[in-house]
Amino acid sequence: MKILVCISNVPDTTTKITFTDNNTQFNTNGVQFILNPYDEIALSRAIELTDGGKGTVTVINVGEVSTEATIRKALAIGATDAVRINAKPHDAWYVAYQVAQYAKTNAFDLILTGRESIDYNGSKVAGMLGELLDIPSVSIIKKLDAGDNEATVEREIEGGKEILTIPYPFVAGTAEGVAEPRIPNMRGIMSARTKPLVVVEPVDIKTFSEIISYETPAPRGQVTLVAADDVAKLVNLLHTEARVI
Amino acid sequence: MSVLIYAENAGGTFKKSIFEAVSYAKAIADQNNTTLTAISIGQVSAAELASLGKYGAQKVLNVSGDKLKNFVNQAYASIIAEAAKKEGADVVVLSNTFSGRGLAPRLGVKLEAGVADGAVALPEQSDGKFRVKKTAFSGKAFAIVELNSANKVIALIPNSYKVVETGGTAQVEDFAAATKESDFKAIIKEIVRATDKVSLPDAEIVVSAGRGLKGPENWGMIEELANLLGAATACSKPVSDAGWRPHSEHVGQTGIAVSPNLYIAIGISGAIQHLAGISSSKVIVVINKDPEAPFFKVADYGIVGDAFEVVPQLIAAVKEYKASA
Repeated sequence: MKILVCISNVPDTTTKITFTDNNTQFNTNGVQFILNPYDEIALSRAIELTDGGKGTVTVINVGEVSTEATIRKALAIGATDAVRINAKPHDAWYVAYQVAQYAKTNAFDLILTGRESIDYNGSKVAGMLGELLDIPSVSIIKKLDAGDNEATVEREIEGGKEILTIPYPFVAGTAEGVAEPRIPNMRGIMSARTKPLVVVEPVDIKTFSEIISYETPAPRGQVTLVAADDVAKLVNLLHTEARVI
Repeated sequence: MSVLIYAENAGGTFKKSIFEAVSYAKAIADQNNTTLTAISIGQVSAAELASLGKYGAQKVLNVSGDKLKNFVNQAYASIIAEAAKKEGADVVVLSNTFSGRGLAPRLGVKLEAGVADGAVALPEQSDGKFRVKKTAFSGKAFAIVELNSANKVIALIPNSYKVVETGGTAQVEDFAAATKESDFKAIIKEIVRATDKVSLPDAEIVVSAGRGLKGPENWGMIEELANLLGAATACSKPVSDAGWRPHSEHVGQTGIAVSPNLYIAIGISGAIQHLAGISSSKVIVVINKDPEAPFFKVADYGIVGDAFEVVPQLIAAVKEYKASA
């Protein structure tokens, strides 16, 4: 099985988010960038599915040269090889289009993405890829079992789950539950240095969206503390003051 | 040009989050002095379809058929895109549900539209610009996204726009859309719904607990409190990682982001990753025995105390309040 895993390079989950240039630029100063946690789940499942010579896992990232540390981490975790589309990832459409161009000339049985990226919280690349490649896409999956001709996936729905079968090729956005993220071992780290990382120049396309500024949530007021032996007062405040019950 | 709202049904009825999305779409239609059409796919009664008129839909396109009983991403996207073209809609609105998040990107490609998912406010339109505020950095910030395409797709986060009743009526029309065989490759084998539970992403009240609960056997009181309040249950990441609760209940930066009216956090310290997922909650209540827990810094109301003592009292107090209401 040939699997393509789309990965993105995002600020570490502990990052305090700040902006510069009159709130028009994300402040990357001092920020540690990591492999998007959901993509790590996708990658881990891809490696499980191909363990023991049952296939290959290619990771693909649309990013500038600074993302190569994250790509090497994916190789250290166990990806077979990597592709970097040498461009700033303007928006989901731009990323999906570039990846689709690559996937059109390099056929894959399965394309995995994380359910969303933790920076811009888009969950669009999987669906856009599905549409661009005219293959099924399934978002927010919790389980992926691969059969010979089709896979069985569990998709999260409000208040439950759906179980679907999908023939290859298809695209899936993975969430927690699909696999436990893998930690690279020393052998993986050493071998990652010599695994192929191909750099591909992007296709020139128009983009449809642009982030023009950022806002931070309004600060909350001081907490109103209620004594632990006066819980009825809390219920009263929630009813009369906050008006939420 | 006009506005099209995809009215997603859950088992044949529309949830509050859809009425929010219809109200939101109506406000966009009003901004542009144009009309609002809703499209429903699946099996929904005529009366239920007509109810969308109350929130501003002037027309409802009804698409049904055996193959469309359940959500099929590709086929639904084809139908909605066709409806958008037929209606001349340049703005398509969806609810940012699990299904909506699968549909929006496919629609974006079909309609060559910029997509703003995770929208939390009405678009700002001036000087020919179309700007949408959306969540970013898992709730730690918002991004203002400018959609510069002729068509636009917006997915609205539940609980981020109010339901507005306009008192209108909608004309319901059957709509026969063309789908192709290849749209139905993904086959639904089974749907498992916990019908007695409130769905977390669109819950108005969420009762959430963390490691302070000490073990999965202690969740009975959390569920009891949630049931009393008509709330969904949730948990922190360490709890779902330990297998005490399902991953689907994990709220936070790498879990589900929620925006309820009331978020009650019990025995959760308030790590930055957890706070990211709940920061757009309107009112936050924290119960924790550690007065230094970071969660108190973002809480509106707090009780410093042991969950095992406070929660049973809270259950009793809510029961008493309900009995007197």
